[in-house]
Amino acid sequence: MHIPDGYISPATAGTMYALTVPFWYVASRRVRQALTQRTVPVLAVFAAFSFILQMFNVPLPGGTTGHAVGGTLLAIVLGPWAAVLGITVVLAIQALFFGDGGILALGANCFNMAVVLPLVGYFVYKVVSSGSEATSSRRLLAAVMGSYMAINVAAFFTALELGVQPHFFHTADGTPLYAPYGLNEALPAMMGGHLIIAGPIEALVTGLVFAYLQRSHSSLIMAEAPRKSEGKLWLLWGALALVAFATPLGLLASGTAWGEWASEELKGLGLGFIPRGLERFEGWWPAPVPDYGWPKMGAVIGYILSAFVGVALVAFLCWGVGRRLSRRGLPRGEPSLGGLPKDEG
Amino acid sequence: MKGEGFLTRNISALTRAMESILLSEDLARAPGLLQGLDARIKVVTFLLFIVTVGLAKSLPVLGGICLLVLALAFLSRIPLGFFLKRVMLFIPIFTAVIAIPALFITPGDSLVTIAGKTVITEQGARTAGLLVLRVVDSLSFGVLLMLTTPWTRLLGALRWLRLPSLFVAILSMTYRYIFLLLHTANNMFMARRSRTVGRLSGGENRRWLGRTLTTTLAKSHHLSEEIYLAMLSRGYRGEVLALDNLSLRRRDFFWGAFALVAASVLLWLNLQ
Repeated sequence: MHIPDGYISPATAGTMYALTVPFWYVASRRVRQALTQRTVPVLAVFAAFSFILQMFNVPLPGGTTGHAVGGTLLAIVLGPWAAVLGITVVLAIQALFFGDGGILALGANCFNMAVVLPLVGYFVYKVVSSGSEATSSRRLLAAVMGSYMAINVAAFFTALELGVQPHFFHTADGTPLYAPYGLNEALPAMMGGHLIIAGPIEALVTGLVFAYLQRSHSSLIMAEAPRKSEGKLWLLWGALALVAFATPLGLLASGTAWGEWASEELKGLGLGFIPRGLERFEGWWPAPVPDYGWPKMGAVIGYILSAFVGVALVAFLCWGVGRRLSRRGLPRGEPSLGGLPKDEG
Repeated sequence: MKGEGFLTRNISALTRAMESILLSEDLARAPGLLQGLDARIKVVTFLLFIVTVGLAKSLPVLGGICLLVLALAFLSRIPLGFFLKRVMLFIPIFTAVIAIPALFITPGDSLVTIAGKTVITEQGARTAGLLVLRVVDSLSFGVLLMLTTPWTRLLGALRWLRLPSLFVAILSMTYRYIFLLLHTANNMFMARRSRTVGRLSGGENRRWLGRTLTTTLAKSHHLSEEIYLAMLSRGYRGEVLALDNLSLRRRDFFWGAFALVAASVLLWLNLQ
């Protein structure tokens, strides 16, 4: 997922730096508050750990190996904001020493892997695990789900950044100047690889480590400060709103998202027949907001509104499920011994 | 063989990483053109070059930049074979593979036709060439900077550029502890290998890897506490001070002027 220099234009690289800087600022303030003087040694050692983790070859079925990113794991152990800084440091070292990811593209790489990845991973982990015990299997499930979702959302952003290049940057005769593939090619290629290969590796490694942490070092998992401020969650919501506002980017993609074809489009894709079940069920669900567009409104506003409605629906669902689960769960907040003070997302 | 392969592969990957970092430190301290320059001016001018590479839109300009980097590497007495291997392995090859489909699917004027059908378009060939050359050029500048600048000097330059001191401090310590943890992890793999007789299943290996990673994580946590106490005992009060003895000499100004002129000429050629 590391974007090398040359794949994105300097303009995109600059924009991505500008998008990432506020997150770095918030992260450094929050981490200083939570860790105080410990900030430097703790982040340095954990960044080194996450660097090593990325070097480990994980044996996969079939005799091949792959490697994980470990961003969600770091967010779970250190807290999301500390993970933002830790992964940033790792990405900087990888870019400088190994040419893994570009120097101009560092802003974009940090946005995808050091901001989106740990924040999404931690958010999912928090929502799914809320109120569960440190050693419960729901918490393990939360870590696995969080890491899988996080790496895929990060890959999605990477694909977006790469995919918009030929739309915006090309010469007069149509030669793409940077990454040559549009969203139609970049999204399926990137998402396919991550949904099927990189995502499961990430989930596997996170799950293996998390399960072992639960058994022998559970203090590292439960080292959570007492929930003082749900109010600080506004930051996460703010980030989500920002993403929702960015959804009109989807309008740049001509064609339909991978796997969301209507039956006529399936015909166009070379499928001579329409799966019969599909034909029968199509139109069965009367979508209140067909094709994400509200009647008589600009497409862009429609897109943004749809994004907000979607986010609100998903959030409501998660909140409801979380509440149900937490009522059933055991009282939380057993005192943690030897754990790290952690910034709460 | 399978189980041993996995352990051996990890040992060699970790060792290679250590060697590669150490080797660049060695080269950075050897005499040469770029090694003799101030780190600050080097960071600024190399960034300028990388941005120039990003803005360049023509194949000849990117090719010219490629020659410039090779000349600089030669003048800095970096073994060219080593330099090329470091730059060209993996990322440019990977990029070239990625760029192949673009030859065929980019719409445009035909370049190669087979049986009257356009197979490769001019635009496709150009975009593939631009992508690969741009990646090679930017990567070469990055590698050259690291091969000719000791890490501590580079950090000094970053501090001078007003990067947050918190970030630079973490960066410098991370670098140090990467070595320690690489060493620790390597030892664990070695120990495992020495105790392994016969084959291990993939599942067994994965479980073992999970345990090893978790142990490394717990060790890291323990280590960070110890480092913190050690820092406190030496009077650490949350502020990191560094001694940067960077000094600009006449050759630094010459180099700066050269870089400015070179970048301007390249960008001007680019507009032609």
